[in-house]
Amino acid sequence: MANKLGLIIKREYLAKVRNRSFIVMTILSPLLIVGMIVLIAYLAKINDNETRVISVLNESSFFQEEFKPTKSLSFVQLDDLTLDQAKDSTNALEYYGLLHIPKGETVEEVARATYLFTKGNPNSSVTQKLESIFQRQLRQDRLEKLGVSSDQFSNVEAPFEINLATFDGERSIKGINEIKAFIGGGFGYAIMMFIIIYGGFVMRSVIEEKTSRIIEVIISSVKPFQLMLGKIVGNSLAGLTQFTIWIISASVLLSLVVMVLGIDLSAMSGETNMPAGPMGGMSQLAPMDSDMMMYTKEILDIPWGILIISFFIYFVLGYLIYSSIYAAIGAAVDNETDTQQFIFPIILPLMLAIYVGFFSVFSNPHGPIAVGFSLFPLTSPIVMLMRLPGGIGEGGVPLWQFLLSIFLLIVTFLGIVSLAAKIYRVGILMYGKKPTYKELVKWLRY
Amino acid sequence: MDHILVAKNVSKTYGNYTALSNISLEIPKNCIYGLLGPNGAGKTSFIRIINQITHQDAGEIFFNGEHLSPKHIAQIGYLPEERGLYKSMKVGEQALYLAQLKGLSKHDAKERLKYWFERLNIGDWWNKKIQELSKGMAQKIQFIVTVLHEPKLLIFDEPFSGFDPINANIIKDEILKLKEQGTSIIFSTHRMESVEELCEYIALIHKSEKILDGKLADIKNAYKNNIFDVGLQVEENSDALMKSLAEKFNILSSNLEKQEGHLDFKVQLPSSHTGDILRELSAVGNLYRFDETIPSANDIFIQTVNNKENGK
Repeated sequence: MANKLGLIIKREYLAKVRNRSFIVMTILSPLLIVGMIVLIAYLAKINDNETRVISVLNESSFFQEEFKPTKSLSFVQLDDLTLDQAKDSTNALEYYGLLHIPKGETVEEVARATYLFTKGNPNSSVTQKLESIFQRQLRQDRLEKLGVSSDQFSNVEAPFEINLATFDGERSIKGINEIKAFIGGGFGYAIMMFIIIYGGFVMRSVIEEKTSRIIEVIISSVKPFQLMLGKIVGNSLAGLTQFTIWIISASVLLSLVVMVLGIDLSAMSGETNMPAGPMGGMSQLAPMDSDMMMYTKEILDIPWGILIISFFIYFVLGYLIYSSIYAAIGAAVDNETDTQQFIFPIILPLMLAIYVGFFSVFSNPHGPIAVGFSLFPLTSPIVMLMRLPGGIGEGGVPLWQFLLSIFLLIVTFLGIVSLAAKIYRVGILMYGKKPTYKELVKWLRY
Repeated sequence: MDHILVAKNVSKTYGNYTALSNISLEIPKNCIYGLLGPNGAGKTSFIRIINQITHQDAGEIFFNGEHLSPKHIAQIGYLPEERGLYKSMKVGEQALYLAQLKGLSKHDAKERLKYWFERLNIGDWWNKKIQELSKGMAQKIQFIVTVLHEPKLLIFDEPFSGFDPINANIIKDEILKLKEQGTSIIFSTHRMESVEELCEYIALIHKSEKILDGKLADIKNAYKNNIFDVGLQVEENSDALMKSLAEKFNILSSNLEKQEGHLDFKVQLPSSHTGDILRELSAVGNLYRFDETIPSANDIFIQTVNNKENGK
């Protein structure tokens, strides 16, 4: 009997692995992923290199020291030129724009009469930068009128950041929860994609056996349950093969690309963090070196071993549950177009898990919603993984929750696989009918 | 007598639908057994129970004297009505896989496949994919896969559908050879005329019930009505002769558009005793045909169903 199961697994595996579109996907995907990363890195680099130059024609007595160059913006002072001459030379030098600050008595008056001349519509980050320079000056000017000295003003303007610490007294840093949840979310997302893609493989494979009418020939030799199990295992092995190939070839390709093109990936990762505004304000002030160290330390402190082992546990259990449902659906219908009405309810809990994960686990990894969904078997593979980067035990997921969720998954798997097997057993011999949910329930009692 | 398969009071229902009610059958060894009945009568349900694809709700089945159990699967070969093969798999690989699922070792399976491929002249198909073959060609492969593990009992559900006449004959001959080698064979079909000549025993299934079973020859004997088909060459006035015959015998029909000097008619006798009419007929003319009309399985089926329904 075990022997037959082995034969089925082998056939399913080979049938999948030899499939042309599977091979194409396996080869193409790493190229696509690496291509994307290279493209992003390249674009980031271009972005980096482009420093916009603004020429400044300052006829006033203010704003003498204010225009300091930054990474993306530098300034050239033009002296003793008329406005038209300044415009011409700015154009001739192909600068980004000309800032004209006219003569005036007060900062207020000068600022109101200032113009930025550009070729087209100016980039909003440029105007924002310039506006902030003027705003600061105006604020200082107005406060001075109220009797605040410039020393006092710089005191007022001094940036402030709240200090963070854990109860243990360790200094903690902002955004680390989000980073952890993000890493867990990545794993959870990978599980969801895997379930949807490879569950679909199982379903199509069942439908293929039905439409090619080989099913009755096979189940006169083996039990339907064996065939279903063999199919699920064979397809998941094919999926794991693909995953492994992807990871290995993508990392090889990536390191090749880095070596050949010399793209600085760490620069890129710094850049991609920038737009993530809501990430606890990290982007507003570049973290100091000591903070950087702490982030690195925290990320290294994430229990990667536990994370990877649990990834496999949750992946296997979650996949087994969902792919048995997929197999039952495949058995119930005659062709793929009929599967829609049944697939939606399966994807729903997966989507829910992802959304709950991103909205609830991020803000509160151990709140009641996060705990509830990380125990509920249809969502736990994804939600629990999002919680796990905090570790198991103290400060992380309590051990009992971890064990309970695995226990619930196993019980659910046994329940679902036996229900699925019943539907499968009846469904594979039914032709030409598009069953309703009511009929599926009836099949359970046959 | 030794039986390969005995079913006792087998019943099966699907929800409210009764597929089989109280079916009892005895299938002797080394014979061809016809399981006949219209579509939806319950033949396939019964066959699936024998193949242990589904299980009976009530009743017992014995295979070769033992309770039917999973170990017997390797001794049964089944060609289902809904049959097919993996389209994108190579012929040889596929046949090997199916043979191994039936419990053959890879080595044995290869040897036997070679033998059968040569025997049916399809040796060069080994590396072809099923989708490159015609439907009839695929059916040949299907047949080989069914018989490859040398089962004691072969079950063919609608065996000749999908075969062209030439291939159907090849397969028919192969089946007869297998029977000579000692295999027991069940044919299940609604096209009764297609297997009548092959079957020694039949069972008629109608609306989930067995309405008749036994040796085909016995059944036919029991169902013959002493109707004879007569052809007579006469010299006299045939109309007058016909009239006088009709007075003495129960003439069922006569061919009135007769040829010059020929009388063709059917007559039903009160018993199987034919001496009287033969004497009478030979006295008036030259008897060139006197055939007993034997009812076909189809006729018997219709008659039994009618009797049963009128009886209710």
